[in-house]
Formats: sequence, structure tokens, C-alpha cells
Amino acid sequence: MSPTDRTPLLTARGIEKSFGANHVLRGVDLDVRRGDVVALIGASGSGKTTVLRSLNGLETPDAGVLELAGGPVVDFGAQAAAAGPGWFGNRTARAAAKANRAALRDRSAMVFQHHNLFPHRTVLENVIEGPCQVQGVPRATATGRAEELLARVGLTEKRDAYPHQLSGGQQQRVGIVRALALQPDLLLFDEPTSALDPELVGEVLTVMKELADEGWTMVVVTHELSFARQVANQVLFLDGGVVVEHGTPEQIFTAPAEERTRRFLDRILHPLD
Amino acid sequence: MDWQLVAESFWPLLRGGLIGTMPLALASFAIGLVVALLVALLRLSPNPVLSWVGRAYISLIRGTPLLVQLFIIFYGLPQLGIRIDPWPSAIIAFSMNVGGYAAEVVRAAILSVPKGQWEAGWTVGMSPARTLGRIILPQAARVSVPPLSNTFISLVKDTSLATLILVTEMFRIAQQIAAFSNEFLLIYTEAALIYWMFCTVLSTGQNVLEKRLDRYVAH
Repeated sequence: MSPTDRTPLLTARGIEKSFGANHVLRGVDLDVRRGDVVALIGASGSGKTTVLRSLNGLETPDAGVLELAGGPVVDFGAQAAAAGPGWFGNRTARAAAKANRAALRDRSAMVFQHHNLFPHRTVLENVIEGPCQVQGVPRATATGRAEELLARVGLTEKRDAYPHQLSGGQQQRVGIVRALALQPDLLLFDEPTSALDPELVGEVLTVMKELADEGWTMVVVTHELSFARQVANQVLFLDGGVVVEHGTPEQIFTAPAEERTRRFLDRILHPLD
Repeated sequence: MDWQLVAESFWPLLRGGLIGTMPLALASFAIGLVVALLVALLRLSPNPVLSWVGRAYISLIRGTPLLVQLFIIFYGLPQLGIRIDPWPSAIIAFSMNVGGYAAEVVRAAILSVPKGQWEAGWTVGMSPARTLGRIILPQAARVSVPPLSNTFISLVKDTSLATLILVTEMFRIAQQIAAFSNEFLLIYTEAALIYWMFCTVLSTGQNVLEKRLDRYVAH
């Protein structure tokens, strides 16, 4: 399991990203040590999901540097400049950018808001797809590991079910197991409970808390402030594509220094006032 | 009505369908689907040149008559020194044609699979090609069965055009029997009924296939 010696795992500096004219990230810094649980909070459109997706190559930032311990150091600005514009740029540099993206991806695993399970494959097949197809793990080994993981989240009897036969909470737990089966250094969660019915949120958060207790390194985009408060050891509040405030849960939730943080927390915690 | 002629001509016609029409349609459709997938991928490519090539192909195939395409390959190309026998000519023309029509079906079916499936494939470590093959196409297949069945059933009937480049399929046999017996109405109606029979069987096959592929879809 992930070591909890708190050595740095991931460092991001000055991450910037635009979608057309929309400047979504305006220089985001992030430091994740092994065993950290980092909560990214903020309103819709604040850029928190884009930060998360940049960490595993689902988005490629326009500028900034991302460094993974023992993995690649990616300077996005330099990379983009070398690759040139569009499809007619420098082929070698484009291939290098692609390799960087894949290297980032291979260290992490993502749990999506809408689970994104493969609907034509059973629960077990969903979980062993990555290990068997990509990592070259023998099928029997992968199946054994998958069964252990499914047992841990209480889904042993669902191993041969198709995703549509599961409840939303069960689907999301399978999504988490699929991510764990890749044995990543870093677990990424993109609003894992915001598409669920309220009564199903707890079962997913419980699994996530157990993972945190076991020492998994997690970056979680979430609207569940109580989860952020109880489980995270770092909270980043984003607004307008920048980290407005960064600190421990106590700092952010009991004594926010910034007016914008206070207003955001107020809106979430006292929506009717 | 000459029932004896109807009975005597039934087997030759059916046989023409079984060893002419259907093999021609099946081979052309199978190759046509591969062409369609390639053209759909060209169309979907973010590279503007490749995307334009796909678009141009579809435009040319859909904008010109199948019969003319058939004639260009069989009667036209020999002037460039390219001589192709009737059967391969027909298969080339029909599969290129199916490729142009089915490309849009395949493209739409690929686009109908949610983007999150590509992202899930990426995050479990798969390359785009492997994600396409293992995750996207199996889901796109379900969506494309009804429109592709349409294409296939049209193709079965369109193969009758191959008689004009001397391929011996069902309609050519019908023409020969009709010319010999002078019973045009009777023989052509009989041929029509056999085409209809083939297409009915194929429609049933479509339903079976749809049910099979439905097993993982929520109801």
C-alpha cells in the first residue's frame, strides 16, 4: 500500500489553461505529499475539475510545470512551444508531449462524477480491464485481486452483474475499485458523489475515508464540505482559476482569511440566509 | 398461369440468389464495413487534411449513381489497362459504395458513445486505438444495427445491377428464363418474391441481433 512517509509526490507550479477565450486556470500551485488527502473546493467554473484533469493528462495545460516524484517533469509551456501549432507542428516534440501525457496518466487513476463504467462489461471485467489489457497482469492474478477489492467494498455478489443493474452508489464503488486495481500512486476523484441520490452519498464517502485512513494519496474535487473537513489534510479553495486560499481544514473552515472563501462557505453552509 | 414454369424456374432462381446474390452482398458488405470504419475515422480525425479526404470520399460516393460507379470500374478502367473480372468488379463497386453510405452511420454511432467512455479508457491506461476497439465500437455496434441493416437490405437488392456487368446472380438468371419463355410478368414477379423472401429473413436476423446486443443496456 502507499507509503505514508510524507515525501513529496507531486508538485505543480503556475498551471494555466484556456478553453478558447475562457481562461480557466490562471497559475495554480499544488503540493501533494505521499499519504496526503487534498480537497479542491470552489464554485462551478472555478477551475477545480480542470486542475484535477490536468494531473493525469485528460487536459493538457498551456503553461506551468508538473513534477511527479520519480516520474516525468513536464514543462507545459516549453512543450507547447516546441510542438508548434495544430497538426502541422514538430512531430518529435508532439510525440514527446504524448509520452509525457501517458507517463502522468500511468501514475494515477481517476474516479469520475458519472462513474464512466464500461456498460458492455461486467463488474469484474470493468475492474480487470486495465490490469489485464494494459499492465499485462495475468487474468487469474487480476481476477483474484479484483475479488479482494470488491469484497472490501461489499460488492462480491455483484461481480458478474452489468453496471446498469447496480444502484448509483454501487456503480461508484465499482468505479473506485477499478481505479484501485491499477495500483496507482495517486487517486483522483472528480466530484464522486455529486451525481448520486443523497441517501447513497454516505456509502461512497465511507469507502473514500477508509482509503484515506489506509494511506492512499488522494486529490478530491468535492462539494461535500464535511468530508473535506473530516478527511482531508489540505484544502484548496479555488475561484476564478486561482487558489484563493490554501490551508488545513481547520484554517479554511473555522478561520478563513479571505473574504471570497467566507462568502463561498456561507453560501454552501447557510443556503437560505 | 403457367404453374409448371413457376415451379421449374423456382430452383434456378433461388439457387442464383444463394450462390450469386447473397455471396455478392455479404462479401461487399463485409469489405464495405471496413471501408466505412476507415472513412468514418478519417472524418473524425482532428487533422483537417484527413478529415477532408473522408468528406470528399463520402461526397463522391453519395453524389454519383451506383450504376455509373459500376460501369466506370468494369467498362471504364480497361482503357487504362486495368481489366477486372465481373465478380471482383462488382464487389469493388458495391463495397466502395457501402463504405461511403455506412461511413456516416459508423461516424454517428461512434459519436453517440459518451465522451466519458474515451476518458475512462484513457485513465485505465489504454491507447486510443485499443479504447476504440474494446470500449467504443462494441457500444457503437448496438446503435448502428438498425441503420446498417437498412444499408445491407438495400445492398441485397442493388446487387441486381451487377447483371449489367455480366455477373450471374439471381436477376440475370431471371432475365434468361424470361427471354427464353416470354413470360416476363410471371418470372420477374417470381424473382421479386424471392428477393422479398431474402429480405424478410434478414429483417428477422436484425431483430435477433438487436436483442442479443441489448443485454447490457438498461431498460
